[in-house]
Amino acid sequence: MHPAFSVLVFTVMSGAGYGLITLMILGHLFGLPQLQDSTVLLTGGGLAFALISGGLLSSTLHLANPKNAWRSFSRFKTSWLSREAVFAVLFYPFLLGYLANIWANGTEVTGIAQLAGFGAAALAMVTLFCTSMIYASLKTIRQWNSSLTPVNYIALGLMSGSLLLAAVQSAVTGDLSSTLHTIAMGLVVLGAVVKVIYLFWIGKPAGSTINTATGFTQASVRLLDQGHTSNGFLNNEFGYTVEANKLVRLRVLMVAIAFVLPFLLLLTSSAGLLVLAAILTIIGLLVERWLFFAEARHVVRLFHGDQRV
Amino acid sequence: MKLGLVVDLDTCVGCHGCATACKQWNTSGTIGPLSDENPYGKDPNGAWLNRIRTYEVDDTPNSKTVNMPMSCMHCDNAACVTVCPTGASYKREEDGIVLVDQDKCMGCNLCSWACPYGARELDPQEGTMKKCTLCVDRIYDEKLPEDERKPACVMTCPTKSRVFGDFDDPNSEVSQLVRDRAGKQLMPELGYEPVNTYLPPRNKPVVEMYETTSLKDTVKGWVNKVIAR
Ligand code: SF4
Ligand code: SF4
Ligand code: SF4
Repeated sequence: MHPAFSVLVFTVMSGAGYGLITLMILGHLFGLPQLQDSTVLLTGGGLAFALISGGLLSSTLHLANPKNAWRSFSRFKTSWLSREAVFAVLFYPFLLGYLANIWANGTEVTGIAQLAGFGAAALAMVTLFCTSMIYASLKTIRQWNSSLTPVNYIALGLMSGSLLLAAVQSAVTGDLSSTLHTIAMGLVVLGAVVKVIYLFWIGKPAGSTINTATGFTQASVRLLDQGHTSNGFLNNEFGYTVEANKLVRLRVLMVAIAFVLPFLLLLTSSAGLLVLAAILTIIGLLVERWLFFAEARHVVRLFHGDQRV
Repeated sequence: MKLGLVVDLDTCVGCHGCATACKQWNTSGTIGPLSDENPYGKDPNGAWLNRIRTYEVDDTPNSKTVNMPMSCMHCDNAACVTVCPTGASYKREEDGIVLVDQDKCMGCNLCSWACPYGARELDPQEGTMKKCTLCVDRIYDEKLPEDERKPACVMTCPTKSRVFGDFDDPNSEVSQLVRDRAGKQLMPELGYEPVNTYLPPRNKPVVEMYETTSLKDTVKGWVNKVIAR
């Protein structure tokens, strides 16, 4: 699949924003001492707001006819993209209510803080889940059509969110919260495990072949001619191919930047390096998302001559 | 009603006539235009609703060239419709035709990702999704003579390799062809239940191979014959 840059930015940024806001709100409402500080909460909330809104705006950039984007709320019953749009919008009043309450009344856990906070945290996770299901529900792309896809999206969103949360907390208060630090380390390990399982899983051959695609299941089939002299929409969208050894190099790079380096930086327990770790993870996840697209092979490729996907 | 096409892979000669007729009709039809980018330039790119690909099946001496025209299969279980967030893509209750409402589409490409058959192409100028309409603006047009109320591709095919009809009617020409010729669906394992059906090539005797022999062998054989006598 052709990796559209706007979609990479959207899924990584909004994923990190949703992860950040969920962990922060839960930490605050369940009484984590380092999060009972309205400057920390407002900074974290502002950052999450910026990441999520920036991501959503970026996602509209890949629409070829954005003037009809408002219609995307209309097929909630069947379409994951529609559900994502609806929940993404529903999330805002809860987030803004929660932040406004902190700004006005401080960090005390009142009924209104709980209502708005738990609502925002739940909707953040639901939206992230819907985003992942857009991909996971496509039977045409074996590498996405798996429960590993939502697990990946949610684990990596929480992971990048936890690093951002630890970074914000230490940057604002000047000292490191060991609880947030431990949570971030745990989630980095979890994210790495989930990603490695995914990479192993997509390596296994399975699914449709050129034989089932053309209906000639008892003989070999070779493409002679695609029938056009230059690439069309299908070639550009689905024909995206990267050399195998470049993919391997990028995988190694991705694991290093997104997981290993941030983990090592976390081990130093230094407040300044936490910010660097969070930034590295976001960059690493951009590579991860790029690979998620580049390694996905749509079944249309079979009609264009691939023997299997 | 369940309208669709039967494509005969035995007789299709791969002339691209159906694709051209389709482009001609539909560029000024209900979903038109079907625009092209750079049509006379170096790297032309445009929206087509029908594409013909050519394959070689099996190995010599049994190999056969098969031309495979593909347009929307008007699937019974069309995920391209359910994934569409705007409601632009829909499947008609009355005849099963899958269409895109050009006034609602936002060009998100998701339906083209959900289609296994490459039947949907984004219009490079309009930014909306285009796909085969089964010539809905021909087949019901009462101003056309009755025998012309057929899709443009079916009308134009010089070898009559495309047949249009109702798959729900067991006595229709398409249903009979599917029965008699063991019609096949493409990629049935994905469960889209495509309506369009493909008739496999008939089995024909293998072409005889002429074995060449060298001059030396010919002379040797001739000499042997003379000596043996
Ligand atoms: S062939 Fe593709 S576009 Fe046509 S109905 Fe089936 S899934 Fe939809
Ligand atoms: S490209 Fe248009 S028709 Fe296709 S899913 Fe998006 S809005 Fe629906
Ligand atoms: S039925 Fe009409 S729209 Fe569909 S491929 Fe044939 S000519 Fe094109």
